Amino acid sequence: MIFSNPYFWAFGLLLISVYLCLYRVAKGPTSADRMVAIDILGVILVGFCALMTIYGKRDFYLNLAIAWSLLSFIGTLALAKYLEKRNFDD
Amino acid sequence: MTELIAGIILGSGILFDLFGCIGLARFPDVYTRLQASTKCVTLGTALIVFGVFISEGFTPAGIKALLVMLFILATSPTSAHALARGAYRSGIKPKSGYVVDKYQELIEKEEKGDFEEAKNQGAKRGV
Repeated sequence: MIFSNPYFWAFGLLLISVYLCLYRVAKGPTSADRMVAIDILGVILVGFCALMTIYGKRDFYLNLAIAWSLLSFIGTLALAKYLEKRNFDD
Repeated sequence: MTELIAGIILGSGILFDLFGCIGLARFPDVYTRLQASTKCVTLGTALIVFGVFISEGFTPAGIKALLVMLFILATSPTSAHALARGAYRSGIKPKSGYVVDKYQELIEKEEKGDFEEAKNQGAKRGV
């Protein structure tokens, strides 16, 4: 049975989390809500890559996780500066 | 035994992620959403990556997992802080109201040009 497989529950619960984030991106009344949800989505995808390392027994997913966390951090900082209506060199 | 410990840590990390995202979907306000989701999801992802490190041991993959965990623990609160500051300065108020608002007083002092007093109270312009 698929329900006795722990990876089913692990990936299923993470996919529910991703779905809730996408719901907030679609619904969020202000743009700050959408930015918060995008930030959280990036952090969850890092955990997804780490879980794929155990499931697929290959470690190049961890390189993906490092690169994704860097890009998500820089992107979120840029979005926050944009929200504050300032220039990047200020 | 190692697999059991790694499985428990991975499972608790996934549950932290799920509860943080339920908070993100259910709370009424930007600031409550930030405080619910950022802390839970940061701890949850750090626990998942730490579980990968315990499962892999001191191999190159395990060292990379430890690196990712330290990086997540350093950067995720920073970006949440920047988002909260940006949200406040773009004019979003807390939905349930408030009694006292020290940050608004600091911003008004900064705009009047009273930099010294603002600096004495800990607010730096630009950072």
